[in-house]
Amino acid sequence: MRLRIVPDNTKIDFFRAARITFGASILAMIASVVLFFAMGLNFGIDFQGGTTIRTEAENPVDVAAYRQAIAPLDLGDVIITEVFDPSFGDDKNVASVRIQAQEGAEAVSAETIAAVETALQGVDPTITFPSVESVGPKVSGELIQSAIFAVLGSLVAILFYIWLRFEWQFAVGALAALVHDVVLTIGLFAAIQIKFDLAIIAALLTIVGYSINDTVVVFDRARENLRKYKTMPLRDLLNLSANETLSRTVMTSGTTLLALLALIVLGGDVIRGFVFAIFWGVLVGTYSSIYVAKNIVLMLGVKRDWDKKDDPKAGTQFANIDA
Amino acid sequence: MMHISTWRRVLIWLVCLGGLFFALPNLFYDRVETANDARAVIETGQTNAELEADAGLWPEWMPSGLVNLGLDLRGGAHLLAEVQVEEVYAARMEAMWPEVRDALAARRDTVGFVTREEGGDPTELRVRISNADQAAAALEIVRGLATPIQSLTGGGADDIEVRADGAEIIVTLSEAERAATDDRTIRQALEIVRRRIDEVGTREPTIQRQGEDRILIEVPGVGSAEEVKEIIGTTAQLTFQPVVSRTGDANESPGPNNEILPSLDEEGVYYILERNPVVSGEELVDAQPAFDQNGRPAVNFRFNPTGARAFGDYTAENIGSPFAIVLDEEVISAPVIQSHIPGGSGIITGNFTVEESTQLAVLLRAGALPAGLEFLEERTIGPELGADSIAAGKIAAIVGALAVIVFMILTYGLFGVFATVALTINMILIFAVLSILGATLTLPGIAGIVLTMGMAVDANVLVYERIREELKTARGPARAIDLGYEKALSAILDGNITTLITALILFLVGSGPVRGFAVTLGLGILTSVFTAIFVTRLLIVIWFERRRPKTIEV
Repeated sequence: MRLRIVPDNTKIDFFRAARITFGASILAMIASVVLFFAMGLNFGIDFQGGTTIRTEAENPVDVAAYRQAIAPLDLGDVIITEVFDPSFGDDKNVASVRIQAQEGAEAVSAETIAAVETALQGVDPTITFPSVESVGPKVSGELIQSAIFAVLGSLVAILFYIWLRFEWQFAVGALAALVHDVVLTIGLFAAIQIKFDLAIIAALLTIVGYSINDTVVVFDRARENLRKYKTMPLRDLLNLSANETLSRTVMTSGTTLLALLALIVLGGDVIRGFVFAIFWGVLVGTYSSIYVAKNIVLMLGVKRDWDKKDDPKAGTQFANIDA
Repeated sequence: MMHISTWRRVLIWLVCLGGLFFALPNLFYDRVETANDARAVIETGQTNAELEADAGLWPEWMPSGLVNLGLDLRGGAHLLAEVQVEEVYAARMEAMWPEVRDALAARRDTVGFVTREEGGDPTELRVRISNADQAAAALEIVRGLATPIQSLTGGGADDIEVRADGAEIIVTLSEAERAATDDRTIRQALEIVRRRIDEVGTREPTIQRQGEDRILIEVPGVGSAEEVKEIIGTTAQLTFQPVVSRTGDANESPGPNNEILPSLDEEGVYYILERNPVVSGEELVDAQPAFDQNGRPAVNFRFNPTGARAFGDYTAENIGSPFAIVLDEEVISAPVIQSHIPGGSGIITGNFTVEESTQLAVLLRAGALPAGLEFLEERTIGPELGADSIAAGKIAAIVGALAVIVFMILTYGLFGVFATVALTINMILIFAVLSILGATLTLPGIAGIVLTMGMAVDANVLVYERIREELKTARGPARAIDLGYEKALSAILDGNITTLITALILFLVGSGPVRGFAVTLGLGILTSVFTAIFVTRLLIVIWFERRRPKTIEV
C-alpha cells in the first residue's frame, strides 16, 4: 500500500478562486511593504554595525542585572535578549548582548568589549563568551549594497534564463512569483522581528532558487502541453499542467520541509532564523508557483500562432491526444 | 530499449566508488587531521618517534584531504582590515622633500629661499619660494625630478604631479603612481601579515586580499580576534633617527623637519628628532632575541648592505652624539654613538622582559607593515560553540535524512529504496568533492546539505511521477521507465540550472559562512542531478534486467 498524498488524476480548478487567491497575495504583499516601512527590519550587526556578544552562564540569565551592569559604561543602545534552545540544559543559560556601533570608530574597541565582559562577569562569575562579533559601519553599509545586488542580480539572471527557455510571458510570471516570495518573506521578518542578517540574504536567495524550481516544473509541463493540446484553452491547459505536476510539487515540498523541520528543531539556535526563513520561503514558494505564476501567464496570454482567440468551446479536454 | 552500455555502467560505479574513497577520511576526522599535521612537521625536516606514530595513524596511500571546517564550526577569529594606503603617500612626500629642497636650493639665485609649508594634507608636499614671480621656473625644476613609471598601459605617466599655487609649489603622487603604490602596499602588507601569523604557527590561516585595499584574515583555533590583532596590528615601524635634544615638555615646538616623540619607558621624557631616518626597518635582514653584556634581554639585528653602509657612515661622522632607536613612534632608547659601527649589525637594549624581546624580534624580522591597518570587522567564535553547532547539525542531518527516506519509501516503495541509495551516494559525493577542493564547510553550509537532501530527491520525484503517468498510457513498464526519464529531463535541467544560478551569485557576492552555504548548495545540485539521472536509473535498469517484471508499481 503506497502513501498517496495527492490522489491520481486530480482535476482541481486552480483558477476558480483566482480572485480570492490572487487578491490575498496582493494584500499580503501590500501588508508586507507596510510592515516593512512601519516596523522596519531588526537588522543584525552585519547591516547596522555594532557588536554582538554571546554569553553563556551556569546561572539563569538576569537581563535586568546584565543591563544594570553595562549601563555605567555609557555605550548607547544596548539590547540584551535571552536565547532559548531545547538542547540547552539547566546549567546552560545563553543570552545575546548587542551594542550599537560607537561613534567615530570603525569597530568597537577591544577596551569596550573587555569592559563589558568584566562588568558581566561581576554579575555572574560563571559567565563565558562563546562568541564576540563586531562590524564597523563602513563594512555594514557595503554589505547591504552587495546583499541587494545579490538578490536583484539573481532575479535578473533567472528572468533572463526563463525568457531564453520559455516565452516571455512565463518569465514575467516566474518573476512575479519570485518577487511575491521575497516580499512576503521580508514582510514576515518585519512582522515578527527576527534578526535580519547576512544569512537571511542567503536564505532569500535560496527561496528564490527553490521557488523558481517549483515554478519551472509547472511551466515545463505547460510548454509540453501547449505542443500537445493545440486547441485547449490556456486556462484549462494551465490547470491541467498544474494538476499533472501537483503530486510532484507536494512530494518535493514535503521532503524539503521535513528536512528543514529537523533543522529548525534540532539544528541549534545559531541557524534557527536562517532555516526558519527558508522554511517559510518553501511554503510561499510552493503556493506562488501554483497560484501566482500561472495567473500572470493567463493574464498575459501566450501567443499560439494557430490560436486566434481563446475560445472556451473549442474542443474538449483530451480531444487532441497524440499517440 | 532500456539499455545502458557497459562502459557507462563502469564509469558510474567508478565515480561512486571514487566518491566513497575520497569522502572516507572525513569519517575519521581527528585521526586524519593528527596524521596530516604530523606529516607536515616531518616534511620540514624534524622528526621523532611521536610524530612518526602520529603520521602512521592514517595510511599514506589513502587520500588525506579533509573538508575544511569554517570558523563558525571550529572556532577562531575572523578579521577584516583596511590598509591605510594614504600613509604611504605621506611617507613618499616626506622622502621627496629633501630632494625638492636640494634641487631648488641649487638654483637659489632664481627662486630665492625655499621653505616647506607644514600642517596641511600630509599626502601633498607644499613648498614656498620667496621669489613668487619665479614660480614657473621652480615648477620646471621640480618637474624635472619626476620619473616615468613603467606600466602595462605604457601611458608614459610620471610618478608625481607638480602644480603651482601662487608662490607655492605643490607636489602630489600622480593617479597612476597612486594605483601602483596601493597595489604594492597591499601586497607587502599581505605578505607581512602572513609571515607574522605564520611565526605564531596556527593551523591553516586564511589571509587574502579582498577588494581594493582590504585584507581578510581568518585564523582558526585562536582564543580571540584581539590576540590576532596583537600579532599583526603592531606596525613595528623601526627607524634610527638623529637626536636633536631631549625635553620634558610634550608640547614644545620641535622646529622644522623635526618631530617630537615620547620615550617608551621613561615617563614624561620626550625626544626631539630629525624626521628623516638614517636607516629604517625595511633594511633589516635579521633580528634575534639576545642578551646584552649585563645579561638583560635585548635584540640583535643586522642590516642589508645599503642599510649597513648608511649606518656605518652616519656613526663614523657622529661619534659622541646621541641617536634614537624608534619603534612605532616611541623612542626605545637613545644611546650615544661610542664608535664607528661598521658591518651593519647592532643591538637594541631597553627595559625588556625576555618575552618582550622575543616578540620584538619576531616583529622586526617579519618586517614593518608599510601602512597601518584599520579593522573594519572582527569576529571571534569560541570552539565550544562550533562543536555544539556541529553536533546539532549532525543530529538534524540524520533525522532529516531518515524522515526523507521514510517518506520516499512509503510513497514509492522499491523505487523509494533506489532513491534512498542515490541520496546516500549523493551525500558521499558532496563530501568527496568538498574534500578534493579543500572547500570550507560552514554552519549555513550544513543547512545547505540538509536542504539539498530535501531537494535532491526532487529529480527522482520528477522522474517517478512521470513514470506513473506514462504507465497509464505507455506499452509496458520498460517503455514507461524510458519515457519517464526522457520527458522529465527538461524539467530537471531547467529547475536545477536556475537554482544553480542563485548558488553561483551567492558564491560571488557572499563571504564567509554564506559562501560556504553557496558551495554546498551548488555542489548538492550537481551531485543530485548526477545521482538522479545516472545512479537511480542504473539501479532501476539492473533491477529490471534481473526481474523482468510484467507490471511495476511506482
